[in-house]
Amino acid sequence: MKISQDEIKKIAFLSRLEVKENNMANIEKELSDILTYVAELNELDLDGVEPMAHAVPLHNVFREDEEKPSLAHDLALSNAPEAEDGYFKVPRVVQE
Amino acid sequence: MATIHELHTQLVNKNISAVELTQAVIAHKAKVEPIVHAYLSDSHESALATAKAVDEAIAKGETISPLAGIPGAIKDNICIKDEPATCASRMLEHFIPPYNASVIEQLQNQHFVNLGKLNMDEFAMGGSTENSALAKTANPWNTDCVPGGSSGGSAAAVSSGSAIWALGSDTGGSIRQPASFCGVVGLKPTYGNVSRYGLIAFASSLDQIGPLTRDVTDAALVLNAISGHDPKDSTSIPGNRVDYTTALVNDVKNLKIGVPKEFFGDGLSADVRKAMDEAIETYKKLGAEIVEVSLPNSKYALSAYYIIALAEASSNLARYDGVSYGMRVAADNLVEMSTKTRTEGFGPEVQRRILLGTYVLSSGYYDAYYLKALKVRRLIKNEFDEAFSKVDLLLSPTAPNTAYKFGEKVNDPLAMYLEDICTVPANLAGIPGISIPAGMSSNNLPIGLQLLGPAMGEETLLRAAFTFEQARPDCQLVAPTGEVSL
Repeated sequence: MKISQDEIKKIAFLSRLEVKENNMANIEKELSDILTYVAELNELDLDGVEPMAHAVPLHNVFREDEEKPSLAHDLALSNAPEAEDGYFKVPRVVQE
Repeated sequence: MATIHELHTQLVNKNISAVELTQAVIAHKAKVEPIVHAYLSDSHESALATAKAVDEAIAKGETISPLAGIPGAIKDNICIKDEPATCASRMLEHFIPPYNASVIEQLQNQHFVNLGKLNMDEFAMGGSTENSALAKTANPWNTDCVPGGSSGGSAAAVSSGSAIWALGSDTGGSIRQPASFCGVVGLKPTYGNVSRYGLIAFASSLDQIGPLTRDVTDAALVLNAISGHDPKDSTSIPGNRVDYTTALVNDVKNLKIGVPKEFFGDGLSADVRKAMDEAIETYKKLGAEIVEVSLPNSKYALSAYYIIALAEASSNLARYDGVSYGMRVAADNLVEMSTKTRTEGFGPEVQRRILLGTYVLSSGYYDAYYLKALKVRRLIKNEFDEAFSKVDLLLSPTAPNTAYKFGEKVNDPLAMYLEDICTVPANLAGIPGISIPAGMSSNNLPIGLQLLGPAMGEETLLRAAFTFEQARPDCQLVAPTGEVSL
């Protein structure tokens, strides 16, 4: 299974990663090698097999809707690269 | 060999104080760390303060818990309040968690002495610790060789004596394989036996915290401390846990041990095969029944594992966007800021895995890769269930080869992934596994024996591992620098 450079650019954008032009051929080969290997799953007949996302059969783990202590506001902001007036600060999102 | 249980006896008998013990391990650490580099940060001051409190408790005649005052260390993807948790990544190089992981709360209740945080592959992605962005950890048995990974710092610290025990995490073998490479015991508990709250996520349906120790008794003691139901982890298994030290019984007479032939494939080195043959002979002599079993779908486990692990990783690591914590590279708009931050903050292997994970989840490929992998996961789980209806345990090598040289595989990601072939099936099925020392290769590197059990079958694992350890003192070796002088 070969992945194209156009596809790499597309998934790089979705991943918010930049693949440098001089690294493109390298990434193309590495990803294609791995995808070729995992294509062995196509050998299996999987009709009617229930997918398994989790090994432990726990469903709908609820708790009582009670107020409990949570992380203090200043602690939640303590690692922020930039904060102001009790909020995380980011570059302008809506352009003028 | 300084173990938790032996040192506990010495503390209780007042042969040594907890402060003296901590000072001795810190002094030993100062000698070996310039060669091994297992640590990313130190917390000697708080370690000595805890040790002092333990000594005061002993002086008052109080009963101390088994881990009290015994110096250990923690993999750097487990959060300790006000201590760095870097995940060996530039992205989190300056991150200081504002809260404790649940396992840390549990260990603090036992007055554990924490010497610091341990090196690892960046975000636990790798099998050699070479993917750390912050330090290069060497194998204490041969410093030209990797310690394994991703919990390479944990294994190297315990092996070199710079910690008596350590916590690691295992997503596809990241406790068991470095334990094997460094000649120590590594236990991956059943998925859900130990809380993941405060473990920085790699692949949430596969990650599990566990101990790396110098012997099987110590593994049971640390598991006692960290296991249990945690309301803060919704995948945590409800109910009380047993006292795992009651499983340390020197007897395997009525046990049936299966040997899955698929785990003894082409890539297996002659030295590892020989050690496995000897281990099987040992178990036979001890009265266990050995039967060959077949897990035909396990040959697909690696492919299913990498698709699922990378898909989950791409989703989990989306949170590192430069907004709420971690690194930020400034830019004029949000998309550019995230892109620059992630491109500079993540190393090559992490970026490769995010790209692949995004690909297998993307529109048009979801059914072809991700959904298929989840179905194969079901087949593998069913196969284990069937095997465990016939046998109590499965025996295999932990890794097909012993520790390799730095740089040998790091430029070939697929070759590196193939080394995980014996360990990933347990993570897919959520079952427990242990790696114990099973001898040395011809070039004097440790070989690990892996035992796998059914979900919540840690007691049987510990019993069989303990019995092997008692029968084979020839396998209980200490690395050249590993003897701590007290």
